[in-house]
Amino acid sequence: MTAAAPARTTPRFEPALMRRKLTGTIFYGACVAAVGVLLLTLVALLVDVFIRAAPWLDVGFLTGVPSSRPARAGILPALVGSLEIGVIVGLVTFPLGVAAAIYLVEYAADSRLNRLLQTNISNLAGVPSIVYGILGLAVFVRTLALGRSILAAALTLSLLILPVVIIASVEALKAVPHAQREGAYALGASRWQMVRRNVLPAAAPGIMTGIILAMARAIGEAAPLILIGAFAFVTFLPNPLAGQYTVVPIQIFDWARRPQDDFQGISAAAIVVILGLMLVLNGLALVVRARLSRHIQW
Amino acid sequence: MQAPIAEARPREPVGVTIKPTMTLAPETAVEREPVLRLDAVSCWYGTFRAVKDVSIYIKAREVTALIGPSGCGKTTLLRTMNRMNDLIPGYRTEGHVNFEGEDLYGQGVDPVAVRRRIGMVFQKPNPFPKSVYDNVAFGPRINGFKGDLDELVEHSLRRAALWNEVKDKLKQSGMALSGGQQQRLCIARTIAVEPEVILMDEPCSALDPRSTLQIEELMAELKRDYTIVIVTHNMQQAARASDKTVFLTMGDDRAGYVVEVDDTVKIFTNPREQLTEDYISGRFG
Repeated sequence: MTAAAPARTTPRFEPALMRRKLTGTIFYGACVAAVGVLLLTLVALLVDVFIRAAPWLDVGFLTGVPSSRPARAGILPALVGSLEIGVIVGLVTFPLGVAAAIYLVEYAADSRLNRLLQTNISNLAGVPSIVYGILGLAVFVRTLALGRSILAAALTLSLLILPVVIIASVEALKAVPHAQREGAYALGASRWQMVRRNVLPAAAPGIMTGIILAMARAIGEAAPLILIGAFAFVTFLPNPLAGQYTVVPIQIFDWARRPQDDFQGISAAAIVVILGLMLVLNGLALVVRARLSRHIQW
Repeated sequence: MQAPIAEARPREPVGVTIKPTMTLAPETAVEREPVLRLDAVSCWYGTFRAVKDVSIYIKAREVTALIGPSGCGKTTLLRTMNRMNDLIPGYRTEGHVNFEGEDLYGQGVDPVAVRRRIGMVFQKPNPFPKSVYDNVAFGPRINGFKGDLDELVEHSLRRAALWNEVKDKLKQSGMALSGGQQQRLCIARTIAVEPEVILMDEPCSALDPRSTLQIEELMAELKRDYTIVIVTHNMQQAARASDKTVFLTMGDDRAGYVVEVDDTVKIFTNPREQLTEDYISGRFG
């Protein structure tokens, strides 16, 4: 005979529904508050910048060159400098970064060395940008004798953001399910066919997101460029390969530190311009992303 | 020097493969050459031997089922037959796998070429995130198919008993289909590169009973043209759908080995080994 079941003297569940629901509500509130703080800060900044910039933002500002007289100051040389740097950085980091990531994920054995390499690349992403400036000065400006040029600046910024591009791409590639790779192999795909037709398209959105963020960082950098010789006062359109240049962040820095009130307004106008530039580049990246994954239908 | 495996015998063009196999009674059928012959095959993951000393052969245009308890190496053995395990670091095969008279693991044999001729359908349907059409066209495209791709896609979908359900949504994503349809899409995709052997790794374990039945009917239809090897956990499935059954189990060293190979009818009605009887009657495993 089996022993009698123990008498159910005490209730064994304490559902405490009210408390659990309250916890959920508190967490929901915290999330809303976090978004609110971010939005408020952003809106306050934008409104402030736009109000200061409004009187100075006109076609003359966009097409003019710097001047010691605020009314005539323009941003064109800096804008063109930033654009040229953006294009070169994109051309360098996209193929290099993605190829390195493909090697690490798809080709290299998952060895201790590989993991060590990836950890070190992550660490590189945290190195202060001024250190890359020192590196750029030694390698590109002096050793390779590129001088104080846009090219030297773009290569320096490429080094700066490559770790970010590689890490983002590695994560995007790793996120593609293994079953997708096996499916391609089982049909007689070679490794490259599998990478090109299955893994890359599936990883493209993630890769592009990483590149967008990295490009935004490159275009917003001022510190390393000061070290490798960007000028603050350039009144002509820069040649990408040689000669003097400036970029929008350095122009902002130069104007913002001047004592005259009018230059504060001009500085704000330059900030609006660089925000617009970011918007354009991000839009471009979205188009590229859509094209890369246009055959992908999850 | 053997001919490279890529240079297969010329295959009949799509759509004209009509083989009067139904006219021959099994007893009078000419004894067919085995397509795959495994000779003392052991499978190693690093220092762990997952499969021990397997010698079996797979006959043409038959369904061969691999059954046995979990972890006995059925899937490993299956993946050894088209060199899918080569992709796993530390894996190696001992012994010989003979495919139509040629050593599958011989020098100069390219696993990429092997896999086109010995296709595979996986446990979980894995359609590509592409349209239904592009899923089927994928294999032909990467293998340099010269011909009418539309016709090949339609033919493959028809052979996989999927055409009527998807003919109006060829441009829609393969991922949007139901589980059973996805698995038949994967079968269509495999057929499209005209393999000789189709390996199926528990193809119905993620499907509902109705889809399972459809896949089993499909296998019965496909074995007219293809040699099929299927791993299954489902005893009824092995009994219903296969001609030959290979029963594997695990030894004390955790390595899988073959206990008994025979006609499916024999295995399920009058097995030679006590272990087999215990397993199929549900007493262990």
